[in-house]
Amino acid sequence: MVTAETAASARGKTAETKAVVQVKSEVIALRRAGSYYVMTLTAAGIPELTRPGHFVAVSCGGDDGATLLRRAFSIHNVASRGVYGGTLDIVFSVVGKGTRWLSERHRHDSVEIVGPLGRPFALPRQPVSCILVAGGYGSAPMFMLAEALRARGCRVDVVLGASTEDKLFGVLDAKRIAATLTLTTDDGSVGERGRVTDLLPAVLERTDADVVYACGPMPMLARVAEVAHAHGAHAQCLVEESMACGTGICMTCVLPVIGDDGVTRMLRSCTDGPVFRADRVRWADIGTVPPDAYGAPAVEESS
Amino acid sequence: MTRAVITREPRRDTSLDRPDFDMSANVGGVTLPDAVLTASGCAAAGRELEPFLDLERIGAVVTKSVMLAPRSGRPTPRMAETPSGMLNSIGLQGPGIDVFLERDLRWLRDRGIRTVVSIAGGSVDEFTKLAQKLRHVEGLSAIEVNISCPNVEDRGQVFACEPSAAAAVLSTVRRNTMPSVPVLAKLSPDVTDIVEIARSVVAAGADGLSLINTLLGMVIDVDTMRPALAGVTGGLSGPAIRPVAVRCVYQVHAALPDVPILGMGGIRHGVDALEFILAGASAVSVGTATFNDPSAPERVSRQLAWALLDRGFTSLADAVGYAHRAPDTVARPAASVEPEVVDVLDEEPVADVAER
Repeated sequence: MVTAETAASARGKTAETKAVVQVKSEVIALRRAGSYYVMTLTAAGIPELTRPGHFVAVSCGGDDGATLLRRAFSIHNVASRGVYGGTLDIVFSVVGKGTRWLSERHRHDSVEIVGPLGRPFALPRQPVSCILVAGGYGSAPMFMLAEALRARGCRVDVVLGASTEDKLFGVLDAKRIAATLTLTTDDGSVGERGRVTDLLPAVLERTDADVVYACGPMPMLARVAEVAHAHGAHAQCLVEESMACGTGICMTCVLPVIGDDGVTRMLRSCTDGPVFRADRVRWADIGTVPPDAYGAPAVEESS
Repeated sequence: MTRAVITREPRRDTSLDRPDFDMSANVGGVTLPDAVLTASGCAAAGRELEPFLDLERIGAVVTKSVMLAPRSGRPTPRMAETPSGMLNSIGLQGPGIDVFLERDLRWLRDRGIRTVVSIAGGSVDEFTKLAQKLRHVEGLSAIEVNISCPNVEDRGQVFACEPSAAAAVLSTVRRNTMPSVPVLAKLSPDVTDIVEIARSVVAAGADGLSLINTLLGMVIDVDTMRPALAGVTGGLSGPAIRPVAVRCVYQVHAALPDVPILGMGGIRHGVDALEFILAGASAVSVGTATFNDPSAPERVSRQLAWALLDRGFTSLADAVGYAHRAPDTVARPAASVEPEVVDVLDEEPVADVAER
């Protein structure tokens, strides 16, 4: 909460009110990419505000639908000009009622979105060497990040992994943008057999990278944090935590994060994240309230 | 006074236009210029909604229930979506009253945003201390006393379900706060007879009632074959609970027609809010719908104003409890009547509970 306050006050009222917009979007395109969908939406006002790591909260099911909660998706790509006057791309996989509804949208259907939300990736001031690690469609926000890093003269190496080939996202884009691309699949059908975190130490040693950026499932991020720490690299992780609103009011997407003052707080992934410093997240304690957390019950609750 | 007996289709809400219509609401002695408020726990302390809403324009921001001490809340998962609703198990995460007053309330007051402060406690003593902290705070629109959170140690049962315990809390809060600030009791629908609890807290000094809190619910994850929430049970909210909430408001208004009710539970559109007003609520809170649409409170207010105007009301206050009136003595016009023609009664409906 202290972090949220600092962020909000730093932006000031004027910036705060203009930093995020709620728009009725039109579906411009929906295409398959392996086992994922890529949706292009009109998003007037959002592209110019978007930084790598930002996300949008999408309303699924229409004005009277039974799926009330917003679905959060990393912004994959933006175009601020063109026939549609600003568009963005999201990547999703059909996992429940909301994403099924999204996958059934057609061109010209309307979808309501709020964005850009969250705190984006912090970019290095110096042209340092960076590794981007992603699992599954966790790679979606990484291409905008890679562009931004390259624009600053950073070397970018990419490690993408998934259980199977059809769950790798953005391999061609990664080949185009990365100094080197390492691919892994659990079954070895493409690239190396194994997990991204099995290959990450070798890439770190080879590139001597200063910064690791990661997005993917929590266990992967936890392991990335360990590996980066062992190599003395700074790491930032974009967490995929389920949210009900995306705007900071529901308090469901919390995880234990250590603040500058050394105190652990249950911080919201939406407003304090979704990007966190890897060394600040208490990965092993996610899904719990650590007894030393700010405001934790003195005695374990029995419910 | 005249009222329409024909209803038209609610006007489409495609613009930001709102009619010039008296939406003011009396909530326990304080008049708010608009009858649509946020709901406790669904708006944090207001700031997060600033990009989406004119917070100074809505009835008031009802802040998330605050306790005496900082509180981490429950572990995750804290949320499960359900048909037309959700279960939450947050467990009253919050900064504690001191930080709340210094940081969150200050932010609201600096901007002139009307505020209803919601308080929650684990004991009568904690409620007393919270009330004392608020005693010298000027300009509060009301204090909402949350005696019905299902996500605390005893699931709120001690205060929410026991008329005498509920009365003890309301009595101490009323005694220890500024008399000019209305005190509202937020009640749980998970009781045998909500009217009994309502009578009890009103007798203890509550100036109004907030109806309703969430219903205790549970979801089992069929993949893990365990409860979906870390807290096992959670509070059910959203349009799924609206009929329960409307029933509670209707029953309590029938029994206590002079007690102002802040109605809530599944309000998503203006016509949903209208149901509550007709059932007897003087004002409404928009809660879970704000997760879906962060501008919902302002939109609902606009839609409600149109819906009331379309039905021939001249102010929101005139519609409060209108569903309680006696059966119509004038035959309804045939369906073939032009929908634009608003047929107005010449005389007052025979019995109007709202004006008794």
